[in-house]
Amino acid sequence: MKDAYTWGAILVIVLASSTGDVLLSRAMKQIGDVGKYSRRAGLLAVVGRVVRNPFFLFGLVTMALAFYSLLFALSWADVSLVGPASASLTFVANAIAGKIFLHEQVDHRRWMAALMVAGGVALLAG
Amino acid sequence: MTFRKYLVLAGITLFAATGDSLLSHGMKQVGSISLSHWTSVIFAVLNPSVALGILLLLGFFISYATALSWADLTYVLPASSLGYVLLALIAKFFLHEHVTATRWLGIALISSGVGFVTQGPALTHRQSGSSSGGQASKPFGTRTLP
Repeated sequence: MKDAYTWGAILVIVLASSTGDVLLSRAMKQIGDVGKYSRRAGLLAVVGRVVRNPFFLFGLVTMALAFYSLLFALSWADVSLVGPASASLTFVANAIAGKIFLHEQVDHRRWMAALMVAGGVALLAG
Repeated sequence: MTFRKYLVLAGITLFAATGDSLLSHGMKQVGSISLSHWTSVIFAVLNPSVALGILLLLGFFISYATALSWADLTYVLPASSLGYVLLALIAKFFLHEHVTATRWLGIALISSGVGFVTQGPALTHRQSGSSSGGQASKPFGTRTLP
């Protein structure tokens, strides 16, 4: 029973965190290179612009959801299962989401990297 | 990629690994939370380890958002995944867990994946607005739009 809860929480973590990653990436791309921007307009201007971006705010909400599911999962199971399991699935979900929603050029190199990292993370759980 | 940008990627890695370890340590102290008492998860953040972990994860979030402002999501994620290697090393040397051969293999796989993706371009689409273009070199076989 606890196993089902754990995997349910892991599924929520994967969905919520990859949604959050995509939204955050979208927001930060709209804002542009924050290093350059803060040298020009100051750090406060950057922060103000980031926190008023709607994609950023939605991303924050989904990441908070992922965070609380992580806390639940960690109270039910070991970090050596929850961490790698949610992370490796998130890598693959993000490679797909990056291609579909962010139109990133996910070439062979990046697919390979995502799969290698996901596989490696899965092995860490073993 | 400049040295500063590699520093930001290193920051993501360090903050994530140490933050997660502290969070895990703290949640072990808090103990199992049942769904019928779900509100106690709110008070879990009062545990010192959990609180410090959250502070470090805040550092992670800031460096992560910074990296995403100049690099693709599918670049940043693998490039900063050395944190899992770090997590295994923390487990071995600080928590005195036994790191098996399978785990070392996993570590090797992650490291080669990271090496693989950081060889390529950090940014692959549009973004001609920023001055001097950065390092958005076109990957092999990319069609140039008219």
